[in-house]
Amino acid sequence: MNVVKREKNFAGKMTLAAHPLKCYNCFFSWIRFSFVDLLGFQMITREAPVLRDASGRTDPLAVPYLVFGGVGRAGVMAVQSLLYAVLLPFRSRQRAEWIKQMYTAGIRSLPLISIVAMFTGMILALQVGLEMRRYNQEVYIGSAVMVTLLREMGPFMTGIVLTACVGSSMAAQIGAMTVNEEIAALEIMSINPIRFLMAPRMGAMVLMTPVLSFYTCVVGVIGGGVVGKTQLNVDWGQYIKLAMDFADLRDLYVGLFKALIFGIIVTAVSCYEGFTTKQGAVGVGKATRHSVITSMLLILIIGYIITRLFY
Amino acid sequence: MIKFENVTKNLGGRAVLDDLSFEIEKGEVFVIVGPSGMGKSVTLKHIVRLMAPDSGRIWIGDDEISGLEGSALERARERFGMLFQSGALLGWMPVWENVALPLREKTKMGEDEIADRVQRVLELVGLENDGDKFPSEISGGMQKRAGLARAIVRQPEIVLYDEPTSGLDPMTSRNIDRLIRKLSDQLGVTSVVVSHDLQGSLLIADRIAMLKNGKFIEISPPKQFVASEQPDVRGFLDAQFIPRSGVIGMR
Ligand SMILES: Nc1ncnc2c1ncn2[C@@H]1O[C@H](COP(=O)(O)OP(=O)(O)OP(=O)(O)O)[C@@H](O)[C@H]1O
Ligand SMILES: [Mg+2]
Repeated sequence: MNVVKREKNFAGKMTLAAHPLKCYNCFFSWIRFSFVDLLGFQMITREAPVLRDASGRTDPLAVPYLVFGGVGRAGVMAVQSLLYAVLLPFRSRQRAEWIKQMYTAGIRSLPLISIVAMFTGMILALQVGLEMRRYNQEVYIGSAVMVTLLREMGPFMTGIVLTACVGSSMAAQIGAMTVNEEIAALEIMSINPIRFLMAPRMGAMVLMTPVLSFYTCVVGVIGGGVVGKTQLNVDWGQYIKLAMDFADLRDLYVGLFKALIFGIIVTAVSCYEGFTTKQGAVGVGKATRHSVITSMLLILIIGYIITRLFY
Repeated sequence: MIKFENVTKNLGGRAVLDDLSFEIEKGEVFVIVGPSGMGKSVTLKHIVRLMAPDSGRIWIGDDEISGLEGSALERARERFGMLFQSGALLGWMPVWENVALPLREKTKMGEDEIADRVQRVLELVGLENDGDKFPSEISGGMQKRAGLARAIVRQPEIVLYDEPTSGLDPMTSRNIDRLIRKLSDQLGVTSVVVSHDLQGSLLIADRIAMLKNGKFIEISPPKQFVASEQPDVRGFLDAQFIPRSGVIGMR
């Protein structure tokens, strides 16, 4: 029944030119159907999408895959899961899963993030301070540490840590589910794996990466201050004052935006690798490794591009 | 109800399904047997479009499932329940939650109603006391029965069983067989069963089909099947000590 209805709409679209008056109607119904289908199952997780299948039907969402390969397919998944993630707060059962994922991504990686952030700030302060001491300018380490962290190191370190401790486990878990036919079982139950598994993870990462990135900056600045105080004889109050003076809101926004993009990248790459896992336990290992490598490279490259765009 | 039209599928450089055509009636119990690695699971996966054919069409009622996408495919799949060869339960949920999942996600049932239904289905498969265990804490046979419970909990029109009784003890196997038959007789469920266990299949099948080299070399009701003169079928029957006269209680 519904299938017939849908075909009628596509047929309607084709006769657009012949009936200008019906244009609007058809156009809107076409948009609606494209939107609905963007949220539906386009892909059998175990098989690559094809533009035209055996019965001659076309799948427009296969185009990104055919043009850009895995990147295109991961991109489609990312968009779908982001759209679903918007709906997360309104669905009680999904909300629970979302909160669980936020806990996994945010709270569980806190210890590691704290240490990494602390030492990043300390190393920055030390290196910059030693150099600046030659000109007796070591009081300015505060501003140097602050700006570097906000613009670059905060989001970057967050991205790397989340790749290592969240992305890898995401890829492994979803990969194991794929190999074990659990993903296929979800699809049979008409439960879209992208909505059910990927959206809560995406929603969690999109929220947690900016928060963690901000946290990294704060801890890093504190770490820098400690080094300044103990190694370089920079007064704490002066350090903070100079740091705050040079802290630009724009730097903060760009940094947080970068972190957000990194969160999307890590989730999309990890889930894509998980969903396309093949060949048993070896495949799960491979998916995990690929997800870490790809995420790290993308974080470096996309990070550079964003910096280039904004500065 | 289910119709294959000249379906061909190549996997690993081999035609696993080779111009396969057949039809399954509504309410029928259709058993597919055949040597390991011959494409029985692949056939089932085509029925629910976990795999798409390289050429040919597959019809479920009036829907051509091999050509559906997006929301239409989602709706078509709601007519199915499937038991996977491995059980395929979600590892982070207890058995009870696993069975409740299709009801929670795809129906508007209240919690009481869900609890009631889940409990009843778990009793059917003999797992009423193991609901709060995790899949990793129960045996392979129990996982399979839990998978079966999940497949039938939403009372689908068509249920696909991939080796429902392999790895189970003979008593439980017979109970599962009886359950499959009962679903078909009382609720008109169409069942497609992949099985190695011919003894059990003879008791429940309306028709048995043997898959070999991408084709069904024999499709017939149990009585004719046991009397078949096809060498491959005979070999299969002889290996399980089933004489030409069949077994007691055969349909
Ligand atoms: N996703 C896949 N990719 C490549 N080849 C596959 C895939 N799935 C199945 N095959 C191949 O298709 C053939 C049939 O596999 P299938 O799982 O259907 O066998 P089966 O008849 O169910 O065997 P068994 O009784 O052991 O379960 C095998 O040779 C297998 O290697
Ligand atoms: Mg099989």
